[in-house]
Amino acid sequence: MLTLVCPVCGAHGDETDFHAGGQAHIRRPASHDPEHISDQEQADYLFTRINPKGLHFERWRCDRGCGKWFHAARDTVTLEFKAYYGITELPPPDIMAQARGAWADYFKARQKAAAKAGAKS
Amino acid sequence: MSKPRRLSSGGSRIDRSSRVSFTFDGKLMSGYRGDTLAAAVMANGQRLFGRSYKYHRPRGVIGLGSEEMNALVGVGTGARHEPNARATQVELFEGLAAVSQNRFPSLSFDVGAINNTLSRLFPGGFYYKTFMWPKVFWKHIYEPVIRKAAGLGVAPEGRDPDSYEQIHVHADVVVVGGGVAGLAAAEAAAVMGARVIIADENAVLGGISDLEDGTIDGAPQAEWARAAAQKLYDAENVHVLTRATVVGHWHHNYVMIAERVGDHDPAIPKSGAPRHRLWKVRAKQVILATGALERPIAFANNDRPGIMLATAVRAMVQRYGVAPGEQGVVFTNNDDAYLTALALKEAGIAVQVVDSRARADGALPERARAAGIAISTGSVISAVKGKLGVEAVKIASYRKGQGRVVSERSAPCDFIAVSGGFNPAAHLWCHNGGKLTFDEGLQSYRPGSHADAIVAVGAAKGTMALADIMAEARAAGEAAAKVALPKAKAAKLAKLAISEDARKPLEAIWFAPATGKYNEGNKHFVDFQHDVTVADLELAQREGYESIEHTKRYTTFGMATDQGKVGNLNGLGAIAEATGKTIPEVGFTTFRPPYTPTSFGAITGSLTKKLFLPVRQTPVFDWHMMKGAVFEPVGQWRRPYTYPRDGEDKHVSIAREILNVRNNVGVLDASTLGKIEVKGPDAGAFLDRIYTNMMSTLKPGRCRYGLTLNELGFIMDDGVVVRFDDERFLVHTTSGGADRIAAWLEEWLQTEWTDYRVFVTPVTEQWAQFAVAGPRARDVIAALKPSFDVSHEALPHMSFVEGTLGALPVRVYRISFSGELSYEIATPANHGRALWDALLQAGAPHGILPYGTEALHVLRAEKGYIVVGDETDGTTTPDDVGLSGLVSKKKADFIGKRSLEQAHLKAPNRKQLVGLYTENPEEVLPDGAHAVAEVKDKPPMKTIGHVTSSYLSPTLGRSIAMALIENGRARMGDVLSFPLDGKVVRATVVDPVFYDKEGARLNV
Repeated sequence: MLTLVCPVCGAHGDETDFHAGGQAHIRRPASHDPEHISDQEQADYLFTRINPKGLHFERWRCDRGCGKWFHAARDTVTLEFKAYYGITELPPPDIMAQARGAWADYFKARQKAAAKAGAKS
Repeated sequence: MSKPRRLSSGGSRIDRSSRVSFTFDGKLMSGYRGDTLAAAVMANGQRLFGRSYKYHRPRGVIGLGSEEMNALVGVGTGARHEPNARATQVELFEGLAAVSQNRFPSLSFDVGAINNTLSRLFPGGFYYKTFMWPKVFWKHIYEPVIRKAAGLGVAPEGRDPDSYEQIHVHADVVVVGGGVAGLAAAEAAAVMGARVIIADENAVLGGISDLEDGTIDGAPQAEWARAAAQKLYDAENVHVLTRATVVGHWHHNYVMIAERVGDHDPAIPKSGAPRHRLWKVRAKQVILATGALERPIAFANNDRPGIMLATAVRAMVQRYGVAPGEQGVVFTNNDDAYLTALALKEAGIAVQVVDSRARADGALPERARAAGIAISTGSVISAVKGKLGVEAVKIASYRKGQGRVVSERSAPCDFIAVSGGFNPAAHLWCHNGGKLTFDEGLQSYRPGSHADAIVAVGAAKGTMALADIMAEARAAGEAAAKVALPKAKAAKLAKLAISEDARKPLEAIWFAPATGKYNEGNKHFVDFQHDVTVADLELAQREGYESIEHTKRYTTFGMATDQGKVGNLNGLGAIAEATGKTIPEVGFTTFRPPYTPTSFGAITGSLTKKLFLPVRQTPVFDWHMMKGAVFEPVGQWRRPYTYPRDGEDKHVSIAREILNVRNNVGVLDASTLGKIEVKGPDAGAFLDRIYTNMMSTLKPGRCRYGLTLNELGFIMDDGVVVRFDDERFLVHTTSGGADRIAAWLEEWLQTEWTDYRVFVTPVTEQWAQFAVAGPRARDVIAALKPSFDVSHEALPHMSFVEGTLGALPVRVYRISFSGELSYEIATPANHGRALWDALLQAGAPHGILPYGTEALHVLRAEKGYIVVGDETDGTTTPDDVGLSGLVSKKKADFIGKRSLEQAHLKAPNRKQLVGLYTENPEEVLPDGAHAVAEVKDKPPMKTIGHVTSSYLSPTLGRSIAMALIENGRARMGDVLSFPLDGKVVRATVVDPVFYDKEGARLNV
């Protein structure tokens, strides 16, 4: 059983004091452009998940503590938590830089999109 | 054949001045304080402890402690009986009652032993072969007979009278095992100030230091161990646990220790102390000092009583002063077993050594030779004479790789001490993903890498020389303390002077060839508890079970309660030899927790009986109890199912309650209904995202029924939403869904629409809520001096008012789940009982009666209202249950909307909710009955849907049912067939609203 630290209230507890919420950073297409969502896009949103061996990014809830959701970066091999960060935030830059494969692609795309949005404004 | 006996002197563990009486299979026996049951029974002249699992072969003690897999006994009587205890671990006490297992009618004569003679019928995987035909025989003949013949002990009778407890603790360092390695590691860590827990499964610390020859500072190592243990007991930062097995290791160094507090002394649990205690420990560092387990050698009939592991024989003599027999043979492939030969010789027992190695010229063999012990090198035991014990052995010359016996000679003997080398006890290493590596020197697996903060030391790591063990253990203890306490100063322990006879390498031997044709008629056991032989494993290879995990499951090798502690590697070795592979190529099977069988009591702890699952009670629970309500569980709640009067049958009381609602007025305790307040400037917009229908347009003071879907488009929950004012809503959920829905709302707010200014507050338990339903409901409310107008015009269907009834503050919702004129009245929970009493009193002239959940369900079914979980099953859409009208077409988005557009959710043949009238109005279809497209003599038949709710309706005077049927709405008037056991029930498809379709009874 894992142990976690809630980044919101600081509670330190067993996995059973928290609630695992699956993969982090999944974008819900209907919240943005509900009129134009292809079947494939919706299916990906519902079912396609990253399942890496190594660094992974997850959602957790401080169930028996403050009740807040947060993000965690965890190594799926060593089970070590590398970082905890806010539910609306991206991972700390040094952790993000360690991402490989699908996660690396994802963060690259996010940063590109953010840069583009920044250039527009 | 001679019997084992107590020697006239010796026995470091026993107190010869303190006699203890006990019984074994009802026979009164006598032993000494300090004996194990295994030692005491043998001291009384008995070798036979039980019959084996499959072949019912006679079996005796093999091992030293928890690895024992033959001498499994039942201990205690009645409710305190514990089956499958290892006789080598059971400590003797006055009045102990133990029984052997798996024998009928008696140990020495067992009719099941015919299985041994018929063993050609029971090869590896026989379950899958022998009993295949005819099919019907399995259930009625084969299985009952096999179940009776196989198996281990019997379960205790009655409820466990003892108590159990669990403790959660944090520790800097947990040391597993209290042998010399564990003691040295714990000492080093403790001196540096770390909080240390050291746990050992035996009654005394020291491991097998008393059976080994090395010395520390000029004294036997056991003396050093005794002093080191005392220092740990005395240290304030060390907790010493004995009789405490570390049964598992999980992520982030979560360690579970099962402590047997009172098994060795019945006065302890009887005094109220727990019998077992489960320690749940979080350790910063874990040091595994679990030692090594001796392995046997597979030779013909190597399971006969009197054949024991060499260390176990040594312990019998040196610890308990028990002679296993008068004339022994030590069969070995290593130097360590010569210590056993020397111990026997010293105790005056005749002994010779059979060594499979070509040369035996290490220090220990030389000592044995000097002591006059005959040694046959390059030899193996090729046959054993005797059934209930050993009468003689055949000794054959042997060269590694040789498949058959060339010449052999007979030697009389009555016991055998066997040693095939040592396997590091790496089980805990593997529980949590630790890797093993094969050690050529040991010819065994030892711990490799591990992701957690855990290290292995000493024999558990494959380190066998005493000086190396001590250095390694101390270093590990210091390193662990340093990690936990970075500022701690080095331990600076005094140097130890260690001397020990060097051991020469062992030579692996997995299989000793037998007399006669290869392996014929002789069984070479590798898994004694499950009766798996080398031949079984070879057969599995021939049949293509190449993966070791497949072989394991096919032959049940290593799947007994001991998880192959003793025999596993022998099996791997035998497979390697049979297939020409190396052992690392064969691989190894997975070890899983628990390390040894652990009682359910310890696993459950104090969470039994009333504490097993807390029962949630509404504010009027006591009243329901007083009235003799029959309860049903709804989530964690207990809700009144019905209120039978004296002598009244449940069916009668339910019908009475229903008709009273339809004709007069009933009152229901609906407090369990989920209630969540949703508050804030964006509450309306938020609920529009959550519900399929529009909630932001709801006017203050009005109610609206809503559906929530999950993102897949399937119905998740339903309930009435009430708007108090612009920014405040109350969301009702199902009784079972309250917590889930509240958490779900929070999740969306926190993770998706973080800009919404909304608070979600679950208030289910803050409010008592009662439904007053029936044509005379208004009269009851009116009689309670309401502060508001109760007329239909002022308070119509689906409206809300807040006020008082007499002195009681209330929220009144005019909503109905019965189809009658109905008010749901909520009051703060502490007023609940007062309101309930007031309603009953005011309602008495109108014939008010309480009604339970079954009446509630029939009433709603008569009206065709769905229950989430009955009419829906997690794959049901709003349209499936005829509620597409509740799905907004205006809203751009709500949870589940996009998924509803997917093709398969709009497919033409989906199941749709319909009503059913059976041809015989008294026939009630069972819930879940399937309608078929075409009735055939026997299955399979294509089903087209199933019954979701079915009742006898007293209102209609006939049975009614709701069902999900393919394309159901297009089948109105069709007759469907429901094949049941021995008959076919036919029913007509009708509208699911059976009563008051136009809702006239609601709008009054």
